[in-house]
Amino acid sequence: MYSQPRSDPLEPSKFFKNGAASRPLVPGTVARGHLDADQAFYQGAIGTNFVEEFPMPVTRQVLERGRERYNIYCSVCHGAIGDGNGMIPQRGYPHPPSYHIDRLRQAPVGHYYDVITHGYGVMYSYASRVEPADRWAITAYIRALQLSQNSRLDDLPPNERVKLEAQNK
Amino acid sequence: MPQLFHRRSNTIARVSILAVVLLVTAGGWLLHASFWSPYMTKVNVPIEQPVPFSHEHHYGGLGIDCRYCHTSVEKSSFAGIPPTETCMTCHSQLYTDQPILAPVRESLATDTPMKWNRVHDLPDFVFFNHSIHVTKGIGCSTCHGQVQKMPLMWKVNTLYMKWCLDCHRDPAKYIRPREEVFNMSWLPPINQLAQGRKLVKDYHVNAKQLTDCSMCHR
Ligand code: HEC
Ligand code: HEC
Ligand code: HEC
Ligand code: HEC
Ligand code: HEC
Ligand code: HEC
Repeated sequence: MYSQPRSDPLEPSKFFKNGAASRPLVPGTVARGHLDADQAFYQGAIGTNFVEEFPMPVTRQVLERGRERYNIYCSVCHGAIGDGNGMIPQRGYPHPPSYHIDRLRQAPVGHYYDVITHGYGVMYSYASRVEPADRWAITAYIRALQLSQNSRLDDLPPNERVKLEAQNK
Repeated sequence: MPQLFHRRSNTIARVSILAVVLLVTAGGWLLHASFWSPYMTKVNVPIEQPVPFSHEHHYGGLGIDCRYCHTSVEKSSFAGIPPTETCMTCHSQLYTDQPILAPVRESLATDTPMKWNRVHDLPDFVFFNHSIHVTKGIGCSTCHGQVQKMPLMWKVNTLYMKWCLDCHRDPAKYIRPREEVFNMSWLPPINQLAQGRKLVKDYHVNAKQLTDCSMCHR
């Protein structure tokens, strides 16, 4: 009874060659409800052209989800503000580029989706851990970070500007 | 008819009765003590691993979130142990020639998962689910302790039925705000019980059925 003759997740098995009870998916498997036909949303590109616009509405909720996921999966390397100065590069990992350089500020949103899905250079793919909706949420949050590092006082709504100016006095 | 037993026998009989009582009590106590001893429960005993993976270093020192590695903890019954690929997101560039990581590299090269030794292992007749606990405001550290101080992983609780029930009878004693679930250094506030009762209500914790046998033995 303590160990029943069944295989739980992550249990070893002598039956299969690689020693794991869980089986990998057969290539080409499509789970029910996951045809993922919407190319813009699931590939981040139509054909070979990265999408320029978010394929879903960007709400406050999406941004907050994005911030949470960014801080779990990306900030250890890219840093909390996206300057590429996270904890891991400080310990000798290659420095990622800052998100605030011109090339990346101009890059289409589809590029970010693509980097998370397929990796880029020495950076691995995060597709197995970050699902498509979260990849877009992270992308939206990166856009917010880029805005935050490159905005001027005039960009703020008047009431926020008054608040900030009051703080600076 | 001659006397069969010598006078002394009375004393021997009394002493032996007392001895049997003492022996049974001592035996019972010994059984109880060993059942709850670290030797049996493995509580606070660090478990050896093929690679001395340190939560103290990776979480406490580097600040890597639990979910970076234990990806499914929020949405599935099991938390998941990271595949070799996850280690390689960093160790393809870091510590690449250290012998300490040789088993990880070998696992990647031969496409064979690492064999970590289990630290927590409930009997198969018990049903447990991480996602419900995490979404209802039970933090990792309530069950797994101060992970950020563990160079090797160990258990801080027995995982016996008694332990589960202690909380299931009154979750208000341990429940915390959802934002604090992944905060390993969270401490209960002075008014924990009052706050706990409120959270139990806010999160719609199904407190009435939590002690039903069928909850955990399905
Ligand atoms: C283990 C460290 C690490 C983590 C974690 C990480 N990255 Fe990277 N990232 C890098 C490195 C290093 C590069 C530079 C790669 C190169 O140029 O070879 C990079 C590059 C990038 C680039 C720039 C690509 C370009 O066009 O130059 C983007 C965008 C990016 N990462 C997004 C992300 C996102 C989003 C996440 C979280 C899901 C993430 N990264 C997590 C290390 C990391
Ligand atoms: C860098 C990856 C990584 C991170 C981050 C991480 N862990 Fe782990 N964890 C592992 C690995 C690998 C194991 C298996 C080896 C072991 O038991 O030490 C493990 C094992 C465990 C176990 C014991 C599993 C068993 O065998 O019963 C617990 C509990 C645990 N982790 C909790 C946590 C918590 C809580 C956090 C966040 C504070 C966390 N981990 C962060 C990689 C990680
Ligand atoms: C997000 C990056 C990252 C991930 C993922 C990661 N490590 Fe590490 N690891 C590091 C860094 C950085 C160090 C060096 C620590 C230092 O210099 O303080 C390190 C050090 C180590 C060491 C050396 C001993 C020590 O604790 O300092 C071992 C062993 C190790 N890691 C094993 C693993 C294993 C096994 C995994 C996969 C479960 C893993 N690491 C995943 C970044 C990572
Ligand atoms: C209510 C108590 C409780 C909470 C809260 C909890 N765990 Fe667990 N954890 C357990 C038990 C019990 C097991 C053993 C499960 C088994 O043997 O089937 C376990 C096992 C694990 C394992 C081993 C792999 C697995 O899934 O069986 C990991 C990793 C883990 N926990 C990580 C975490 C992390 C990270 C958190 C916080 C997000 C967390 N746990 C919160 C009780 C808990
Ligand atoms: C620190 C408190 C705490 C501990 C310890 C704890 N639980 Fe729970 N458990 C809860 C709470 C809170 C819920 C949520 C009840 C609800 O609203 O459904 C819950 C729910 C559950 C459920 C219901 C899942 C479902 O599908 O409805 C199961 C099964 C369960 N726990 C098993 C266990 C087992 C087995 C242990 C011991 C190994 C354990 N729990 C230890 C607090 C705890
Ligand atoms: C909160 C979850 C939970 C609930 C509710 C629960 N149990 Fe258990 N039970 C456990 C766990 C965990 C164990 C395994 C303890 C161990 O590690 O040996 C267990 C073990 C047992 C065992 C086996 C003891 C052994 O050592 O073999 C019996 C019998 C049992 N439970 C009966 C019951 C009955 C009857 C009820 C209802 C009155 C009940 N349980 C309710 C969690 C629960």
